[in-house]
Amino acid sequence: MTAPTTSAPTSTDEEPRPPGQERADAAFDEDRLPAPPRATSLLLRSLLAPMKARVTVTTLLLLLQQAAVQAGPLIVAYAIDRAVPAFRDHDHGPLIAVGVGYLLCALASGALQYAFILASARVNQDVLLDLRGRIFRHAQALSIDFHERYTSGRLISRSTTDVESLRELLNEGLQELVTVVLSFLYISALLLWLDLGLGAVAVASFVPLYGLVRIYQRRAGRVYRKRSTAIAAVIVKFVETMNGIRPVRAFRREAANDADFAVLNKRHERVNGDALLEMARYVVGSRVVANTAVAGIVLWGAYRVAQGSLELGVLAAAVLYLRRLYDPIDRLGMFLNSYQSAAASLEKIAGLLAQTPTVPEPSAPRQLPALESADRPGREVSFEGVSFAYRTGGEVLPRFDLTLPAGQTVAVVGSTGAGKSTLAKLLARFYDPSEGRVLLDGVDLRELAVPELRRGVVMVTQEAFLFSGTVAENIAIGRPDASREEIERAAKAIGAHDFISALPDGYDTDVRKRGGRISAGQRQLVAFARALLADPAVLILDEATSSLDIPGERAVQRAMTTVLRGRTAVVIAHRLSTVEIADRVLVMEHGRIVEDGTPAELVAGTGRFADLHRAWRDSLA
Amino acid sequence: MSTTHAPTKDRSAARTLLRLWPYVRPARARLFTAAFVAVLASCTGLVIPLVLKWLVDGPVADGDTAAVWLGALYLLLLGLAEALLFGLRRWLVARPLSHVEAEMRAGLYRRLQRLPVAFHDRWASGQLLSRATTDLMLLRMFLAFPLTFLLVNAVTILVGVIIMLLQDWALGLVILGPAIPVVVTCVIFEKRYHHVARLAQDQVGDLTTVVEESVLGIRIIKGFGRHRSQARAFRDLTAKLRGTELRKARLLATIWGVITTLPEVAIGAALVLGCVQVADGELSAGTLVAFLSTALALRWPVESIGFLLAMSQEAATATERYFEAMDETPEQEDAPHRGAGNGATSPHAPAADNEGLQFHNVRFRYPDAPEDSPPILDLIDLHIRPGESMALVGATGSGKTTLTALVPRLHELTAGRITLDGEDITAMPREELRSMVAVAFEDPTLFSTSVADNVLMGQDEQELDRALSVAQADFVHALPQGADTQVGEQGLSLSGGQRQRIALARAVVGRPRFLVLDDPLSALDVHTEAAVEAALRDVLADTTALIVAHRPSTVQLADRVALLSEGRITAVGTHHELLRSNAEYAHLMSGSGDSGEGEDAR
Repeated sequence: MTAPTTSAPTSTDEEPRPPGQERADAAFDEDRLPAPPRATSLLLRSLLAPMKARVTVTTLLLLLQQAAVQAGPLIVAYAIDRAVPAFRDHDHGPLIAVGVGYLLCALASGALQYAFILASARVNQDVLLDLRGRIFRHAQALSIDFHERYTSGRLISRSTTDVESLRELLNEGLQELVTVVLSFLYISALLLWLDLGLGAVAVASFVPLYGLVRIYQRRAGRVYRKRSTAIAAVIVKFVETMNGIRPVRAFRREAANDADFAVLNKRHERVNGDALLEMARYVVGSRVVANTAVAGIVLWGAYRVAQGSLELGVLAAAVLYLRRLYDPIDRLGMFLNSYQSAAASLEKIAGLLAQTPTVPEPSAPRQLPALESADRPGREVSFEGVSFAYRTGGEVLPRFDLTLPAGQTVAVVGSTGAGKSTLAKLLARFYDPSEGRVLLDGVDLRELAVPELRRGVVMVTQEAFLFSGTVAENIAIGRPDASREEIERAAKAIGAHDFISALPDGYDTDVRKRGGRISAGQRQLVAFARALLADPAVLILDEATSSLDIPGERAVQRAMTTVLRGRTAVVIAHRLSTVEIADRVLVMEHGRIVEDGTPAELVAGTGRFADLHRAWRDSLA
Repeated sequence: MSTTHAPTKDRSAARTLLRLWPYVRPARARLFTAAFVAVLASCTGLVIPLVLKWLVDGPVADGDTAAVWLGALYLLLLGLAEALLFGLRRWLVARPLSHVEAEMRAGLYRRLQRLPVAFHDRWASGQLLSRATTDLMLLRMFLAFPLTFLLVNAVTILVGVIIMLLQDWALGLVILGPAIPVVVTCVIFEKRYHHVARLAQDQVGDLTTVVEESVLGIRIIKGFGRHRSQARAFRDLTAKLRGTELRKARLLATIWGVITTLPEVAIGAALVLGCVQVADGELSAGTLVAFLSTALALRWPVESIGFLLAMSQEAATATERYFEAMDETPEQEDAPHRGAGNGATSPHAPAADNEGLQFHNVRFRYPDAPEDSPPILDLIDLHIRPGESMALVGATGSGKTTLTALVPRLHELTAGRITLDGEDITAMPREELRSMVAVAFEDPTLFSTSVADNVLMGQDEQELDRALSVAQADFVHALPQGADTQVGEQGLSLSGGQRQRIALARAVVGRPRFLVLDDPLSALDVHTEAAVEAALRDVLADTTALIVAHRPSTVQLADRVALLSEGRITAVGTHHELLRSNAEYAHLMSGSGDSGEGEDAR
């Protein structure tokens, strides 16, 4: 939506997906990644495990707090049945005890409440911190082919809305549940202790209540699932419209979009209303049961007091407890709400976390051999018996061998779908080969730790995404410890210095703030400056000059022959102008290298490259 | 994006929330009825202790078992009434409130679609989305609970206190004791919580931005092995958010602590005093029981004030955020008026021929740029004759894309005017203007629908095949369901070149009279490019077109070329003329000549 973002959710690989992959894609399309059974509960457990001690303390605080709260009516019973008669007999002790006891309970329940809220907030926040971090790191560790299929929107909603619904459960729901369960237990025990008969009636009322809760849970679960599907559809429509606002406006789709959106929005409105009505039914049902039980217990208790077989204070206490007993039923319903949505979210998160990176980091990384001398910074690349196929079948690159000597600049040409990008991605280790090895100075790429790998190989692609922050920060991604001078030198070498200096704050211009609009070509120049700064042994350019004008492209080529001189370079380009600086040209077709030679040799020959070159020359005339 | 740290006008929560009224109005009858029903239900709950008192002091004390039955029956009836009233309240608001939420969302969507493109340049979609989802959900919850219950609780507390005062005014006063400190605490709390709640919401927004960028920029992060520093940035932000959330929790804990303790202390005092009075025979046991159960029945209404206020605060913040977007002015469908540069006649229109696409003295500066900054485009005078195609060539960043966005009025001119066949584009409805001008954007966006819908964008289906063949998008027929295949975020991924061809087909499908193409072939390979060019030539033969071009091959599609240099048109002519006569043009097209760096390019 902002100028610098690309509409990147779609894949940029040139190879169309083979048909064999459709079934696997279905899991992605329906947003249901396979997760091992019980992954959700395992995830929850592993999140809570490191805070066992603090969870225990928190629970203890709540136990004590509830004990202090529930002591109130007991003291009332004691006051009416014991302290009042004692006071009449001029024994003030019991009443003083009542006063002090009640005061202490009040203070304790307040203080414990405070402590509990803080303690539980700490636990909750740490769980969320952990989970957010896990999702983020895991998403970053997953390989490019995963990102190409699992759309950005989904990944974003995993770490935002889904985490949010867990936050709601932790913040409100869980505390609610524990309070409800605890007060049920406490109050039932106290009632039974006060009077076995009255207590038994109260406990018996739990049976229909439990039934109601189960029915509600089942029905609400159904409605909630429908609701989350409905809101997801609303979100997709919304985000797409906002991200595609230019075509929406230019092609006058506003009214048609309003109509489409209204349909989705109405559907959500209806299900939303259904969910609220379901809650209303539950509230009526549970209140009816609760109030009937209260009336029944009062009837029986009062009858017995009238007959003299029960003390008045006990009845009073029982009634006070009963009202508290049934108070939290509504809140139990709310807990079930947040539980339902959190469970659905956790399941999705667990599915994401269960994905294993297909391009794992090595457990015992190796170092690249030291460079022979500083003026020969390139490294040798070799593909040994490499083939590549999607995991679900559909071979993209049949088995091949290829060696690129250190310092060579190699252009790869061929039509869409010939496998050029896949070759580049194998070399950049965005993918691992299905068979064979890719070696950098004799070391398998799979044995290199990420920092070492990226000193070795860097790839610049055609989508030149800018991160929020200043221009300088965006260039420094290439080498975070680079000085301002080095950043400017890289920008100058690539011909980006002039336009950057002309921005409102020069290198310190925030790319998303006032006046920070940067064109597609300028973004590609920033991307190049970044690569230049990274100063890798092997540089891959995948369509990296497509938005540059010819002088821009020349500046890049110049930089490659000066600043990057001696590096091994692989250049993939639709435009043959790039080929001019190459020492060697590979022509690819259907995943195979069909021609291999110096530009001069190939142009002089009669192969495909010669044809292409002739066509291109004609277009320049 | 962090654009949302908005000018927080220091409005009180109540005044902010009042802005919701127009949306709530249609549901007002039900909402008020529901509030009334809730008050009734709460008061029913308060009558129950009175029945208890009557039971204890009357039938129980007298041993009248028949009257005990009657009392229990009253209790049962009251209980059932309470249950039904609470259910009725929820039933009354369920549908209307969902409707209010949906209407507000539709309103936001409608408004956002019509806000200037410059607005969308500034706002990340994530920030807009969170307003349409989370914030609106908060508002619905606010209307359903805090709004009603703040009222209900106030009435319940008032009625409860009156009942208690009537039963025993001394005990009642004791119970009222903590009212003032509780109110003071609430007021202080409200202020502080508002600030922290807004901070937390904005930090969540920033976090979302990092997540979004880390996903969208994954190739760069991986390509440079920067996932660790990215994770560090993320961790720092989450740690900051955790700090804010804990500050929130501390405030909540304090108010809960105060609100639990003070009333309980008062109840304890009332208990002791009451016992003394009962012992002295000044008060009946039944009254004390009733009094205490009334006091305890008020506990929840009092305690819940804390979180009701917190929810109201969050709702106020959500309202603020919602109106931040809603208060922006949409593109005006203004009354026809002539552009600001009215007086200046174009030097290119000496004769009567004002047909075709004309730029007269056009100046443009982004509306959010400082007034004194140099304009992006200035003194643009250009005439594209009917049926002619004009290539627009210029160095990277010279303003070509910006110029193309002016024709369909995606941005408004700062000065000057653009005419189509003599008619000022600001004088015609946008709808009409955009039906005359079709655009293919450099960055092709596909929507989650079929390929056919993506191309047609509401146009007649007959033209589909022709458009696809002009754009050389025949790969569409090889897709699993042909042109009905779903693409976009929720469907099949297409490559950059494929998307570009769909966008091109989209532009030509309606046979527009004016065509604007922004570097339409950049992602195509040489073969496909040649084929598209051949097919485009036919389309361009009778269309007035403006084509942004980087390459000689694309330029050759056009009849003439305009050179854009530092925001001005510096030369117009045919490709070959300019190649010969203009050094800058020659440099741009072949990379040869004086590059300004004094170095001979190879």
